[in-house]
Amino acid sequence: MKSSKTIKVDYLSRVEGEGGLLIKFKNGEAVDAKFKIFEPPRFFEAMLRGRSYTEAPDITARICGICPVAYMMSSSQAMETALGVKVDGQLGSLRRLIYFGEWIQSHALHIYMLHAPDFLGYQDAIQLAGDYPEIVQRGLEMKKAGNEIVALVGGREVHPVNLKVGGFYKVPAKQDLDSLIERIKKIRDAAYETVRWTSTLPFPDFEQDYEFVALSHPREYAILEGNLVSNKGLNIPVSQFEDHFQEEHVAHSTSLQAAIKQRGAYAVGPLARFNLNFEKLSPVARQAAREVGLQPGCRNPFKSIIARSIETLHACEESINIINDYEVPEKPAMDLEPRAATCYGSTEAPRGICWHRYDLAENGTISAAGIVTPTSQNQKVIEKDLLELVRKNGHLADDKLTWMCEQAVRNYDPCISCSCHFLKLKIERE
Amino acid sequence: MPAKRKPKIAVWKFASCDGCQLSLLNCENELLTLSRQVQFAYFPEGFRHVSKGPYDISLVEGSITTAHDEKRVQRVRRVSKTVVAIGACAAAGGIQALRNFKDVQEFMRLVYATPEYIDALGKSTPISDHIRVEYELRGCPINKYQLIELICAVLNGRNPVIPSYSLCMECKRKGTVCVTVARAIPCLGPVTQAGCGALCPSYQRGCYACFGPKETPNTRALSHWWRDRLAVSPVAIMRAYRGVNPYAEPFRKESEAHEV
Repeated sequence: MKSSKTIKVDYLSRVEGEGGLLIKFKNGEAVDAKFKIFEPPRFFEAMLRGRSYTEAPDITARICGICPVAYMMSSSQAMETALGVKVDGQLGSLRRLIYFGEWIQSHALHIYMLHAPDFLGYQDAIQLAGDYPEIVQRGLEMKKAGNEIVALVGGREVHPVNLKVGGFYKVPAKQDLDSLIERIKKIRDAAYETVRWTSTLPFPDFEQDYEFVALSHPREYAILEGNLVSNKGLNIPVSQFEDHFQEEHVAHSTSLQAAIKQRGAYAVGPLARFNLNFEKLSPVARQAAREVGLQPGCRNPFKSIIARSIETLHACEESINIINDYEVPEKPAMDLEPRAATCYGSTEAPRGICWHRYDLAENGTISAAGIVTPTSQNQKVIEKDLLELVRKNGHLADDKLTWMCEQAVRNYDPCISCSCHFLKLKIERE
Repeated sequence: MPAKRKPKIAVWKFASCDGCQLSLLNCENELLTLSRQVQFAYFPEGFRHVSKGPYDISLVEGSITTAHDEKRVQRVRRVSKTVVAIGACAAAGGIQALRNFKDVQEFMRLVYATPEYIDALGKSTPISDHIRVEYELRGCPINKYQLIELICAVLNGRNPVIPSYSLCMECKRKGTVCVTVARAIPCLGPVTQAGCGALCPSYQRGCYACFGPKETPNTRALSHWWRDRLAVSPVAIMRAYRGVNPYAEPFRKESEAHEV
């Protein structure tokens, strides 16, 4: 056997954006794993300079076509903090509703179309549908219902038009939302089935010691607000992010890589949230987790597909509650008066924390912006997972090992367009 | 009788947010039916398996922003029978064409600590600046029903039915009261191509031109109206035209007329 080699995937599929993998072996030992990102940079932070604070949600939405609501929410929230306004009550509930809609569509897309085919050895969801049409159909129904929530509240599923700093342009009528209830109840049952189904998938035996980071809130499974907490003692307001985290620019990535100062890699996303905020999940979601034996403290990243399913169930439950309690708010948005400030916003995108900072001039013009995406935060952990995985499974044939590595990257549902975007896997054995 | 070969579809990504190709996966009702009619031969966002070209239809998302992509898009042309540019990035350079008004070196220094790692051209340009394109679908994002119409039309050898008139037509048909006339809200509808279903005005907001300029838009007249009747400042007019289609020719020119 050759003692050194390289395994390489030039263009990783079933992820959003353009990236690849490069794994190097020397003397039979895996020595390096790189998650390469070639997505052409688009310079959003620079484009925001000189724009009005009111334009930030529509501009930042264009960072990602899969989770535009996350960017619109984090930017709006930052601006509202600057302007001393809090969007709560029914307006806050409507925001949670559209955000849950985004979670449902994004999670269903990832579970059924991007990730599950790996576990079962299919190339894609269409091939999977050839043998299990009813399973893929169920995923598509869930995805569609999530999109319907986003479209009903936001106008359309990709880059919704109805969200703005301070609230909405127009709020839905009670009967509009009521029209969704039956469909959401149906997909809630489908989500429960999804939890059961994903828990039966074959999981590689793989665990690592992770620092998980997520927003955490005393009353709810945090999505729009809370402190940044971790399982290793971090507990800070979002405004202190830059004191505890840093972003590095590495040669093999057009996305910056984030790390916790002094401690390094950390993981964000569904598994982090599940582990840190389990007690705040809806009762049915907790019951489903117990039924399938997924406990908080799970350290197998392949099981993120179960966590994603449980969150989908939670999102359905919460959406139903929000609609049942909905009363049309008095006005669609809060009144705003610009002022000079440095402001911060952070919310939980489907893939994890989406953090924003802005400097505003007195007239509300943006003079500086900083955005940290979920995928830039997960990059280091992805590389650590890959290295450990190939160390444990170096005996596998290259095609099997390559596929396993691809699957390991998809555990994090990386959105490379967000972080910047191009995915390649390369395993080198010289 | 031998089985008829399924037409091959390829989906290519350049600088973009993924939202337009996601629109294809968002065709939840149509996707499985469509997959019985065509083969997704190259569609990395959803499919691991790659079939070799040539491809009958290439859907191209995103704009050209790097030297590497300048070369890659030439290859797309070589392996494709019909090339369709999908979305504002592919059709007009997209929101990232905001860099075209600035110095890209300065942009890089603002975002990246080590700009020498980055390959970026000075301008973000549409696909048709680089290769021959048979069709363009506008929108940020595209309308998924226009995408299905276009795929059906190409497969059946007919011209797609895609309107090139203004958004105002859609508003009138929908019965949406004009937000500019009734509520003095600045709206780009009169100069913007229809296609979204006139969403923004139906949410009591002015259109922000996701579908780019309509055929022969009178941007100057609209700007005068905004300035004289709605008291919109020059900088706000400039920003309005520098939205998601800032480098579409009529919008670029109009925005430059209001530079301060």
